[in-house]
Amino acid sequence: MNSSTPSSSAGGPGSADPTGPRRSSKRPKYSRFTQQELPACKPILTPKWVISTFLLISFIFIPIGLASLFASRDVVEIVHGYETDCIPEGSRNDKVGFIQSSLDKTCNRTLRVPKEMKQPIYVYYELDNFYQNHRRYVRSRSDHQLRSPTSEHNIGDCGPEGATSNRTHIVPCGLIAWSLFNDTYGFTRNNQQLNINKRDISWKSDRDRKFGRNVYPKNFQNGMLIGGGRLNSSIPLSEQEDLIVWMRTAALPNFRKLYGKIEVDLQAGEIINVTLQNNYNTYSFKGKKKLVLSTTSWLGGKNSFLGIAYLTVGGMSFFLAMVFVVIYLIKPRQLGDPSYLSWNRNPGGR
Amino acid sequence: MSGSTRRGIHFSRLYSFSCFRSNFRDEHSQIGQKGYSRIVYCNDPDNPEQVMLRYRSNYVSTTKYTAVNFIPKSLFEQFRRVANIYFLVVACVSFSPLAPYTAYSILAPLVAVIGATMAKEAVEDWRRRKQDVEANNRKVKVYDKNHTFKETRWKKLRVGDLVKVYKDEYFPADLLLLSSSYEDGICYVETTNLDGETNLKVKHSLDITSPLHDVNAFHQFKAVIKCEDPNEDLYSFIGTLSYEGQQYPLSLQQILVRDSKLRNTEFIYGVVVFTGHDTKVMQNSTDPPSKRSKIERRMDKIIYVLFSMLILVAFVGSFFFGINTKKDNENGKLKRWYLRPDDPTIFYDPKRSELAAFFHFLTALMLYGYLIPISLYVSIELVKVLQSIFINHDQDMYYEETDKPARARTSNLNEELGQVDTILSDKTGTLTCNSMEFVKCSIAGVAYGRGVTEVEKALAKRKGDISDNMQRSGDDDVDLGRSVKGFNFKDERIMSGRWVYEPQSEMIQKFFRVLALCHTAIPEVNEETGEIAYEAESPDEAAFVIAARELGFEFFERSQTSISLHELDHESGRKIDRSYTLLHVLEFSSARKRMSVIVRNVENQLMLLCKGADSVMFEKLSKDARNYEAITRDHIKKYSEAGLRTLVVAYRELSEEEFKSWEEEFLKAQTSVSGDRDSLVDEAADKIEKDLILLGATAVEDKLQKGVPECIAKLAKAGIKIWVITGDKMETAINIGYACSLLREDMKQIVITLDSQEINELEKHGDKEAVSKASSASITNQIREGKSQLTSSKGSSISFGLIIDGKSLSFALSKDMEDSFLDLAISCTSVICCRSTPKQKALVTRLVKKGTGKTTLAIGDGANDVGMLQEADIGVGISGVEGMQAAMSSDFAIAQFRFLERLLLVHGHWCYRRISMMICYFFYKNIAFGFTLFWFEAHASFSGQSAYNDWYMSFYNVFFTSLPVIALGVFDQDVSARHCLKYPILYQEGLHNILFSWPRILGWIFNGIISSMIIFFFTTNSILLQAFRKDGHVVDFEVLGVMMYTCVVWTVNCQMALSINYFTWIQHFFIWGSIAFWYAFLVMYGAVSPTVSTTAYRVLVEACAPSPFYWFGTALVVVSTLLPYFLYRAFQTEFRPMIHDVIQKRLGRAKMMDCGKDELSDGDLLVGR
Repeated sequence: MNSSTPSSSAGGPGSADPTGPRRSSKRPKYSRFTQQELPACKPILTPKWVISTFLLISFIFIPIGLASLFASRDVVEIVHGYETDCIPEGSRNDKVGFIQSSLDKTCNRTLRVPKEMKQPIYVYYELDNFYQNHRRYVRSRSDHQLRSPTSEHNIGDCGPEGATSNRTHIVPCGLIAWSLFNDTYGFTRNNQQLNINKRDISWKSDRDRKFGRNVYPKNFQNGMLIGGGRLNSSIPLSEQEDLIVWMRTAALPNFRKLYGKIEVDLQAGEIINVTLQNNYNTYSFKGKKKLVLSTTSWLGGKNSFLGIAYLTVGGMSFFLAMVFVVIYLIKPRQLGDPSYLSWNRNPGGR
Repeated sequence: MSGSTRRGIHFSRLYSFSCFRSNFRDEHSQIGQKGYSRIVYCNDPDNPEQVMLRYRSNYVSTTKYTAVNFIPKSLFEQFRRVANIYFLVVACVSFSPLAPYTAYSILAPLVAVIGATMAKEAVEDWRRRKQDVEANNRKVKVYDKNHTFKETRWKKLRVGDLVKVYKDEYFPADLLLLSSSYEDGICYVETTNLDGETNLKVKHSLDITSPLHDVNAFHQFKAVIKCEDPNEDLYSFIGTLSYEGQQYPLSLQQILVRDSKLRNTEFIYGVVVFTGHDTKVMQNSTDPPSKRSKIERRMDKIIYVLFSMLILVAFVGSFFFGINTKKDNENGKLKRWYLRPDDPTIFYDPKRSELAAFFHFLTALMLYGYLIPISLYVSIELVKVLQSIFINHDQDMYYEETDKPARARTSNLNEELGQVDTILSDKTGTLTCNSMEFVKCSIAGVAYGRGVTEVEKALAKRKGDISDNMQRSGDDDVDLGRSVKGFNFKDERIMSGRWVYEPQSEMIQKFFRVLALCHTAIPEVNEETGEIAYEAESPDEAAFVIAARELGFEFFERSQTSISLHELDHESGRKIDRSYTLLHVLEFSSARKRMSVIVRNVENQLMLLCKGADSVMFEKLSKDARNYEAITRDHIKKYSEAGLRTLVVAYRELSEEEFKSWEEEFLKAQTSVSGDRDSLVDEAADKIEKDLILLGATAVEDKLQKGVPECIAKLAKAGIKIWVITGDKMETAINIGYACSLLREDMKQIVITLDSQEINELEKHGDKEAVSKASSASITNQIREGKSQLTSSKGSSISFGLIIDGKSLSFALSKDMEDSFLDLAISCTSVICCRSTPKQKALVTRLVKKGTGKTTLAIGDGANDVGMLQEADIGVGISGVEGMQAAMSSDFAIAQFRFLERLLLVHGHWCYRRISMMICYFFYKNIAFGFTLFWFEAHASFSGQSAYNDWYMSFYNVFFTSLPVIALGVFDQDVSARHCLKYPILYQEGLHNILFSWPRILGWIFNGIISSMIIFFFTTNSILLQAFRKDGHVVDFEVLGVMMYTCVVWTVNCQMALSINYFTWIQHFFIWGSIAFWYAFLVMYGAVSPTVSTTAYRVLVEACAPSPFYWFGTALVVVSTLLPYFLYRAFQTEFRPMIHDVIQKRLGRAKMMDCGKDELSDGDLLVGR
């Protein structure tokens, strides 16, 4: 209403300085920065922008969702739980007793290939209810020791599995290594052995940098209580890929770990016999064990969640865009209508 | 310089009233009792009895800390912030094995935060200390044992010391005036620092001590003062002086108060009565409080909420942890054997699971510590400092004339500027320039003076007509060139001696003669230039004398008995000297509201010259000399509408006989000793001030500062209430109220005053209790009446203005009345408190602050406003002419009142918006992050394992998310400065605290929780078990951490991008830079040796980056996380827009989305819709 308010825009960069010869003037220097007049983009949520944003999201997300779904559909996966079936009928009342006994744990299972599986076929074991992310468990390792033989004594937080009862260090120490998974799988197709490639199942960086080439297992599984698998003490840690895979702990209590690769195609309908050693005790904590054979797509394994989520978000965006279009068409009330302001009715309370 | 010429003038004669003479009053009987127990042995500070009393020294300290207590006290201050205590505890515990991550990553930020804030405090206190040192080491002359005056430092002064103070020096303590360079022991004092008034006050010593002039006289001088205890009342003093066996009453007239200045008097002698912190000034000053803004206080509450959340979450975690742990080893059956529950540590012991749970609780408190953002405080401090730099650099708040930019002296309160509900303003020097200007007069029914006042301009603007008259007056300014301070009168009819040709020239001559003679001013002739300046008791009076001078009646000399003028001779048109014999001065008093002088001119004519308020003067006019009464009244009405102070000027010729008989009576009254002497004198004066002949009226403008009415109008539009609290007289205050459009003609005034017949009557009798009782009753009554007026007019559009004077205020502020007073006051549109003491100013401020609970801003320029400035939530000092005291104790200093508009509406609004957004966002981002940890915990049997690498976490608040928030806090603007000013309604957002209301805060917290859930569950579900790359690798702990963290970084930064309104390259740089930096960090951190980088070793390069799944997953999670907020915003701007949304829309429509340009023409805007 009044025009005498200081107009900030009037002065261009030049207008301030010629104020005069007074050198000592405390007049603040002009710059667009200090006067907070930097050129700026001011996004405003007009209906047009809202609608186009929603449409844009849906147009991008729906195709991605479809692509992911297709990718997931192309993956062939065989999942076979065996934790109960591999306990002899008689011992099913005391699974823990059985698994802790020295009885023969060999178990034969058959799998049927539902669809053609192109090589490489990845073999995983899947555990459930196994807290590899428990703080006590995660910390119970010594990276120093794993890397170099000179740090053998550095057992860090290895806790009860740091040293044996006669005070010699365990390599690799800690609960993780101690509880190494030790079920083994052998596959035959038409009575013919299927080769399982166990090389390169771990991350290359782990093999190269985290597990030493000249660190050999020592005093491993020599204690009173035997945890999981044993290690061949003549093979350096960097080549013990099962251990390396195991020691890259899982994030969640339900996880899969790579066991090996089958590098031949499997045809639909083929029967595969699995000979497995059911050694690992998941019965104490009622964990399930599964054997998984899976191919991969460009996106990885079989999981339609990503695709469905993309489709849902894309679809919802489209729906919302439509809702806004309808609103805009039915009630084309202009935003910026001053009557929106409740204050307008009572300006300033005066 | 001219002191010697004035020496010997007996002012006691000039001031013929008894105002100096103290009488014993009832109060004096209280001396020696409680509250009146102070004893001062004059000139004998070493007297053992004096020493026994142990009065405080004159050392003054206003600092908050001393060298010794700085560390503990400032640490204590720091740890009053709840969050800091939490972080301290966490830091202590972090050295134990309980800590989920390394101790240094917790300790470092705490030390940085506390250290930075303490350093700031130290610097601020150091500045105060420097001022104190300066004051304490000033020199004053003290009479010592060797009977000479010797220079001593102020701080060494003791009670009872005899000091000599020279012209233009400050008094070092509260002194009893003994004698001065004038024979009759008067002296002039400038009290600007105390009450902001620039006029000089006269102090008068006791007659008995005034002859004590020379050093030798003090040799024998011994006296005892018994008086009141130190108190803060600047306007009263009760004491007695025992001297030579006699008792003499002392009053305020003999007291020279510290921090006032000796003027126009060569020197004075005085005795120190109150020292140091006992002085009235110091008693008036309250401790500099550490102020915190409302937002910050609410932030503390949010932190409590988050604390409860933290504790709850930690408790839930430890509860389940305990249960899970207990189950691991039940009756020797090891459940999760891989954890070795048979060989546990105390932190994981199934047999003592309760203890393990408790320790886990501590761990969890640290783990979820991210819910409470420590860097919030650092960031806010940093942002505020940067904001203050912007305030300091604002060119539009720079005042060319005094070369003063705005100064934000504390950065604590920037956002508080955006929430001001009530402004309490001083008047003199704040609203006005504190200079009176003679602008108009009406002589013999003719109105002269073409100047246009601010009020008239405002009026005209409101009506929308800019008449030629105004245009011309604008031009005149340029033409005239020469401007005289105190004189803004333009009328070619009577200027430059042309009045002689006016038809009523004789009246004009008389009129200006009255102005030149009827006053108590003293001329000061500049020897070199011959120019004459005047020392007057009030700026009004100076304006009159100056006006008379400019029109050719130059007052140049005053002696004890005469006044001399250079006068333009009526007939010859030449300048001649005329001398008038001054017979009597009938002083101005607030009761009489007029002043007269009786003079004899060279023609031996006796004349009574009189000027006074119209309310009393018209009654005094002679029956048959009322020719111009009607028209003059009309003019006066117009003048006061124009916000001018008016006085009526009249005269009367006296016959010798009449004068003789009157003088006799008058002198008798004057010398009477009875109690009602004052009223006798009044009556006597009344007898001669009658049958006056009206000459005309004057109009003086206390010039408003430039832009004040507009600024006030704008602030009112923004919904801010404005109170004026001033030490001025009621009439003046009301006039200014009109001038700056606080009061309007159509407003009803509610006046609360104790200036009633009844009370005055009681006061004369001196029964103190009865007076206070009656006053109290009267005030209660008046408040009730005012309220009933308000209720009766409810619904109608009449607005009310409340005017209350200082005396009434002291009753209204009493415990039992303050509520009803406040009730009344806040329902009035404008409130004006006049005649208020500095303490009262502070009390009123406190009342408003506490009573309404809203934010108050006090603005003032004098030392008398300091209390108010400190009491208010925000103190704004005007760094004007009246010294720097106010500016020094303020939180913001500006040069002109009108800059307040920009300070509040632009900077206040922006800062409020920025800070509240910033805090909300801060909580959001930390909750979004912290809760992902919790969800992860739930899947890790609550063992306290964090999902992320330690250093990701430590850097979260430092590198990946902090810079965009700081950019938001420093740069964001909803609309440009110009539009902030154009739409003051925007300010309501701060006033109603919309952007920082609980629903909004909780909304953000909720948004944070939702975001964390979407991030965690979408990420985990999409990569639950299966391979995430073509080569069959599955997701492990490290990859999940990186993936979730990536989503968090993207989400919070994009959320920022969504919620800011103002994208400059800086925002772009920070937001996208932060995200880019996260990847860069991963690459760099992943490249160092695995012993350092542990789980981050080559995780991006080797594992994540080659996987399309990682990227698609991130995109999905980020978009879905932002969708709820986006949807909310879309609906909200469409259906329940906030003020800034509407204004942005209007601007946006006027100019379709156009990045890079932000200016709009006014036309676009108004056409808008």
